[in-house]
Amino acid sequence: MTAPPDAVLRTWLEQMILIRLAEDKVMEIYMQGLVPGTVHLCQGQEAASVGAIGALTGDDWLLCTYRGHHHALARGMDLEAFFAEIMGRDSGACRGMGGSSYVVDASLGMIGSPAIIGAGIPVATGAGMTARLRGEDRIAMCFFGDGACNIGAFHEALNMAQLWRSQVVFCIENNQYGEYTPFRDSTALPPEAPIAHRAAAYGMAHAVVDGQDVIAVHDMVAQARARAVAGDGPTLIEAQTYRYRGHSRTDPGAYRPPGELDAWKERDPIGILASGIGADGDLEALRERLQQEVDEAADRAAEGPWPTLDQARDYVFAD
Amino acid sequence: MSSRTDAPGVAAAPDNADVVTYREAIRLALDDAMAADDTVLLLGEDIAKAGGPFKTTVGLYDKYGADRVFDTPIAENGFCGIALGMALTGLRPVTEIMFSDFLPTAFDAIAMELPRWRFMSGGQTSAPVTVRASGGGGGRFGAQTSSTGESWFLQFYGLKVAVAGSPQGAYGLLRAAIAHNNPVVVFDHKAMHLRKGPLVRGDDRLAEVGKAVVARPGTDVTIVASLLMVHRSLEAAEALAGEGIEVEVIDISWLRPLDMETVAASVGRTGRLVIAEEQYHDGGWGASVISRLATAAAPLAVPPAAVSMPEILISHSPPLEDAMIPSAERIADAVRSVCR
Repeated sequence: MTAPPDAVLRTWLEQMILIRLAEDKVMEIYMQGLVPGTVHLCQGQEAASVGAIGALTGDDWLLCTYRGHHHALARGMDLEAFFAEIMGRDSGACRGMGGSSYVVDASLGMIGSPAIIGAGIPVATGAGMTARLRGEDRIAMCFFGDGACNIGAFHEALNMAQLWRSQVVFCIENNQYGEYTPFRDSTALPPEAPIAHRAAAYGMAHAVVDGQDVIAVHDMVAQARARAVAGDGPTLIEAQTYRYRGHSRTDPGAYRPPGELDAWKERDPIGILASGIGADGDLEALRERLQQEVDEAADRAAEGPWPTLDQARDYVFAD
Repeated sequence: MSSRTDAPGVAAAPDNADVVTYREAIRLALDDAMAADDTVLLLGEDIAKAGGPFKTTVGLYDKYGADRVFDTPIAENGFCGIALGMALTGLRPVTEIMFSDFLPTAFDAIAMELPRWRFMSGGQTSAPVTVRASGGGGGRFGAQTSSTGESWFLQFYGLKVAVAGSPQGAYGLLRAAIAHNNPVVVFDHKAMHLRKGPLVRGDDRLAEVGKAVVARPGTDVTIVASLLMVHRSLEAAEALAGEGIEVEVIDISWLRPLDMETVAASVGRTGRLVIAEEQYHDGGWGASVISRLATAAAPLAVPPAAVSMPEILISHSPPLEDAMIPSAERIADAVRSVCR
């Protein structure tokens, strides 16, 4: 794969910074009482989403998870609609019906973001089947975590995806913890083996990639996408990354061994890309500009109206 | 074509009706739906090359091909989730679950994903998935392959639920479900698969969503029934007619939306209600019918009766299974009890 042009790399850098600042903002407005429920933040995992989504076309479909803010923002969701959704407002991307876990924009091909672990994996497989049956140059991109690799839906869907050559790319964002538990404590694997090796049991292509390196993630997903649309079947990609914060808002992550977080922050995905393209000197100005965008979007979102029960009733059934 | 049907009390078949088995009506509904709309496709275990464990898809693989009729692995949760992904992206999949008792293996996909997906997105998506299952007792299959399962999903708002009480119902409900823009679970009953009845096919023969069917008009007592209990209620009505009791039998057809208008109108005339259901009463649609009539102060002359399953589990042992599933005699006794 040839290296992406500089302008593309700059866009990715901006997107990753935007995601980082937006996630910090979500925490800030949560503490101000503006966010109902809980939130699952993704600081540290920006490269996995930006790199993967950067390899897609506008027609491709996405299945995300409850830790999915980075997918929405990498796909280009409107910032105000994003914050308004998290605040439960009618002006939100899902009219306030979803919230943090479910924030999607179907006009961007984001067709779902279930809170049930692993539930999106069969759904993405089905969307990939639609593309295959119609002979379209299109895939379904499916993100999920290491924790989802132990639920039945993962195995059932991988089996059928490979059997039927669904045009789907699976991306495990292995952030090292399934909720509060290190993934190796819950996942039977040979010593040191990555989760992606499980694909071999289904005869499926698989790959492990440095999830902190946006270029590496992009290359791997681009290759997998090409395989899928060529009819060569799905790929299970494992992007190895790290979740800087705990599982959800109330989890301080105290179970992590001392030094682990700092070691991962040494390999921060924003820092790696900025250094790689000689943009370290631009970071402060970039942050300042994007912070203003984030602050203004969140302020506008907080003015959004609440939805009504009559509106909610309308969203249950289609005509 | 005309022929004697084995459903007593059913009004004479229209002149243009064929007489077919209930399972053939299911097969014809799938065939006609696939012919009418090339986005309709089928997913299920053994349904393609083998024609289906209950022979409800015979010939469809040969007619429509491997891209429209899929033999799935035994992985109901997986293929129902796959159906959801197909539906979100423009197809109209129909999944066959074989025995109703296997529905719980797909509980996440059917109960938690299908009915909530559209809502969670604020109406941005829709999920036109039809889930079919064949349930019910009488086959001596024992505890894990004899449930109707018909009321299991009623607490999962966002799903519609249909129950087929005749060949015409099996055809019209399934066609309506497939054409509907929301997820629908359609139940049929295994013990009715070989029963014959009149069927008029066609793209204008889709059942109306949420509309019950008066299977037999009557003036004295209303029976509301589903699935095999419709047939047994008609048998009971025939016997009771000889005693001077004219029973109206309502084939409820949809458990969501529940057609309380038809039920209330009937009860308004008869003042007497019997529920006939092959399920436990608590938490079922029959209890909902009684509750809704009670809270609406329906003019019941006497307290309603419910003929349901006793609170034991189904055994394969014939006398035990026969004692579990409401018979025409038990239904007739309940009618007599509300007439005293």
